[in-house]
Amino acid sequence: MDKSINLKQRMAQSNTKTLSMHPLKFALWLFIVSIVMIFAALTSAYIVRQAEGDWLIYDLPVSFLRNTILLVLSSISMQLAYRAAKKDNFKSLKVYMVITAVFAISFLVGQYLSWGDLVAIDVYFVGNPAGSFLYVLTGMHAFHLITGVIFILIMLFSAFKFNVHSKNMVKMEMCTTYWHFLDGLWLYLYIFLLLNH
Amino acid sequence: MSTAAAEVKIGQDTHHDEHHDHEQSFISKYIFTTDHKMIGKQFLITGILWGLIGVGMSVIFRLQLGFPEMQLEWLRPLLGGWITEAGKLDAEFYLALVTMHGTIMVFFVLTAGLSGTFSNYLIPLQIGARDMASGFMNMLSYWFFFLSSVVMMSSIFIETGPAAGGWVVYPPLSALPQAIQGSQLGMTLWLVAMVFFIVSMLLGGINYITTVINLRTQGMSFTRLPLTIWAFFLTAVIGLLSFPVLFAAALLLVFDRSFGTSFYLSEIYIGGEALPNMGGSPILYQHLFWFLGHPEVYIVLLPALGITSEIIATNSRKPIFGYRAMIGSMLGITVLSFVVWAHHMFVSGLNPFLGSVFMFLTLIIAIPSAVKVFNYLTTLWKGNIIFTPATLFSIGLVSFFISGGLTGIFLGNSVIDIQLHDTYFVVAHFHLVMGSLSIFGLLAGVYHWFPKMFGRMMDEKLGYIHFWFTFIGVYMIFFPMHYIGIAGFPRRYYSWTNFDAFSSYTDLNMFVSIAAIVTVTAQFIFLFNFFYSMFRGRKAPQNPWRSNTLEWTAPIEPGHGNWPGEIPTVYRWPYDYSKPGAEEDFIPQHIPLSETPESNLPHEQELAKKEVVSKKDNAGAEA
Repeated sequence: MDKSINLKQRMAQSNTKTLSMHPLKFALWLFIVSIVMIFAALTSAYIVRQAEGDWLIYDLPVSFLRNTILLVLSSISMQLAYRAAKKDNFKSLKVYMVITAVFAISFLVGQYLSWGDLVAIDVYFVGNPAGSFLYVLTGMHAFHLITGVIFILIMLFSAFKFNVHSKNMVKMEMCTTYWHFLDGLWLYLYIFLLLNH
Repeated sequence: MSTAAAEVKIGQDTHHDEHHDHEQSFISKYIFTTDHKMIGKQFLITGILWGLIGVGMSVIFRLQLGFPEMQLEWLRPLLGGWITEAGKLDAEFYLALVTMHGTIMVFFVLTAGLSGTFSNYLIPLQIGARDMASGFMNMLSYWFFFLSSVVMMSSIFIETGPAAGGWVVYPPLSALPQAIQGSQLGMTLWLVAMVFFIVSMLLGGINYITTVINLRTQGMSFTRLPLTIWAFFLTAVIGLLSFPVLFAAALLLVFDRSFGTSFYLSEIYIGGEALPNMGGSPILYQHLFWFLGHPEVYIVLLPALGITSEIIATNSRKPIFGYRAMIGSMLGITVLSFVVWAHHMFVSGLNPFLGSVFMFLTLIIAIPSAVKVFNYLTTLWKGNIIFTPATLFSIGLVSFFISGGLTGIFLGNSVIDIQLHDTYFVVAHFHLVMGSLSIFGLLAGVYHWFPKMFGRMMDEKLGYIHFWFTFIGVYMIFFPMHYIGIAGFPRRYYSWTNFDAFSSYTDLNMFVSIAAIVTVTAQFIFLFNFFYSMFRGRKAPQNPWRSNTLEWTAPIEPGHGNWPGEIPTVYRWPYDYSKPGAEEDFIPQHIPLSETPESNLPHEQELAKKEVVSKKDNAGAEA
C-alpha cells in the first residue's frame, strides 16, 4: 500500500508537461513487451526446429478449443467489469469480476485436463521435441496466466472493498490490459499450434 | 481522467514524502533503499567487488598460460583441491575459471556494474526527476541482482566447481552432467543465477525506459537529453528485447538438463552409453543464445559510449560534434544489434548464403560506429581540453573503440572468421572493444561523477598514474594476443605445450601474463583512491567540472528527492560550451535563453521572446 502511494507521488512531481501516460501503466506495457519476446523466441525456436524434420505429428486435442472459448469469455466479462467500474456500477462490477475469475480459473483447470488428453494420445513432455514444445508453450502461458489470475483476485477483493471506482481506475485499467494481453497471447499460441503442429 | 485523480493524491503525498526524508533508518537508507542514488551506489560497489573476483580469476589462468611449468603450490590455501598433487592447476578448474571470468565480467561487472550504476544514478538526476518511476521495483532490481550474485558466488565454492562450459554454455557440453564436473551442480547454479539476473535487468530496464519517457522535467525534450541518457535509454530497450530470449534459451536448457527433454540433445554416445535423447538441435541453442549475446555486446558498450560523449564534450569545453548524428548512430546500432547474431556462428554449419547476409549486416555496424568515433575526435579537435582522469579514460576508450573496432571488420567477414574463429585473435578483439572499452567507460564515469556520488573529489595524481598504467597495460596485454591468434593459437586451451606449432609463442604468452599482472596490480591504486576519497577526499564544489547538465544544480549531496525545492526547468540543450559571446565557457541547461541575450543565436532570440511566458509561470510556482 505504502509502495503504491510512493509510486503515485513519484510520477506526480510537476511533470505534467511531458507526462503522456501513467508510469505504472507504461511499465506494464514494457513488461508485456518482455513477455512477447519470450514467446517470440520460443515460437521461432519451434519453427526452426520443426523445419529440421524428425517431428512428431499429432492432432491437437479438441479440449483446447473449449479452453480458448473459456478464456475469451473471461476477457469479455473483464471488459464488462471495467466498464461497470468506470460507471461506478458496483453491483455489476462485482458480478463481472467474479465471472471473470471463475472463467479464468476454469481455463487453467481446462489446460491441465488438456495435458491429460495429450498424454492419452501419447504426446509427452519428455520425448520428441514436438510434444516438449507444446508443453513448454502452454506451461509458460499458464504460468503467466496464474500471475494474471492473482491480479484479478486482488482487483476482485478491492472491488468488494469499494476501492475500485471511476476515480481510482489505474489498477483496474492495468488489470484489464494485462488480461486482454494474456487472452490475445493464448489466441496467438492456439492459432500458431493449429497451423504448425 | 486518471491523471487528474492522481494529481490530487500527489499533492498530499508530496508532503508526506518530504518529512519522510529525515527519519530514514539505517536499513531503509543504506540497505532496502528505494532511492535511485543509493541503489546506483549499491550496484557500483557490488560491481567493483565482482570485478575484483573476475579479474583475479584471469590472473590465475594467465599464470597457467604464461608459465605452464610454474609450481602453483602456493595457491593451495586459496584453491585447495583445485591444485593437483603435482602442484599444477587442475585442468577442469582452468575451464571453470575462464567460464566464470567471462560470465562475471560480461554480466555482473559490465552489465549490472556499468548500466546498473549509471542508469540508476544519472537518469533521474540528468532528466530532472525526483526518483525512478518505481522506487520499489528499482529496489527489487538490485536485490534480485544480489540474490543472483549470491547463487553465482556459491557455485564457486561447491565441490564439483562452477560451470565450466565457457560463458556461452553451449549444449550438449553444458546439458550433460556426465560430460564434465562443471556441468553438474555448478551449471545448475549458473542457470538459476542467470534467471535471477535476467529478472533484475528486466525490472531495472522497464524502470529506466519508463522514467526517461514519462518523468522528464519541463522543457527536457528528447532533443535536449544528454547523450548519456540516450545511451542508457537505448541500452534498456535492447535489454528489454534480448534478455527474455536468453530466458527462453535457459529455460529449455533447464528442461534438457533436469527433466530429460530433447530440445538441444540428439543421438549422443557418452562414456560408451547411448542417451535416449532424440531429435534435439544444439544449433538452436546457439541461435537463441546469440540473439541475446550480440545485443549484450551493445548493452555493455552503449552506456560507456554515452558517458564518454558527456565527458569529452564537458572537458573539451566544446559542444559535442554532431549531437543528432550521435543519437542516430546509437539508434542504428540498437537496430542492427538484433540482426547480426549469426556472425558468431559462421563455423556452426550455417548456410553460406545466410552467412553472407549476416556478414553484410555486421559490416554495416562499422558505419554508425565510425560516425561516433569521428564525432568524438572532432569534438576533441581544437578544444580547450582539460585533462582530468575522466577525460583521459574517455580518450583511451575512443582509442580502444578504433583499435578493437578495426579487428571487428576482419572477424565480421565469414571467410576470415573461419580461420580466426576460437583463436586468441577473437579474444584480443572483444577484450579491447568490449571489455577494456567498457571498463574505461566505467572508470571514466566513476572519476567524473564521484564528486556527485560522494560529495568529495578523487585524487587526480593517483588518477593519472592509474590511467597510464591501465592504458599502456591494456595494449601490452591485448596487442600481442592478436599475433598469437593469427598464428592459430586456440582459446580455452588449458595446456598448449604439447603442440610444437605453438611453442614459439611461449615468450609472447609470458609477456602477456606479466603485463596482465602489472595492470591488475595498478587497479589497486584506483581502489585505494576510491575508498580513501570517499571518506577523506577533498570536499567537492557545487559544479567541479563546470558542466551543463542538471545533476550539478542539485545540492552537493542530494537527499531523497534530489532537489529540495522545485525541479529546475530546462531551456536549452546540454552542450552549450564555449558559446561565442557568453561570459563563461558554459551555460547550464536551466539558464533561460532570455537571460543570455549576448550569446543567443538569431533563432534563439526568437525563442527567448516566447520563453518569457513559461518563465512567468515558473516564477509563480517558485513563489
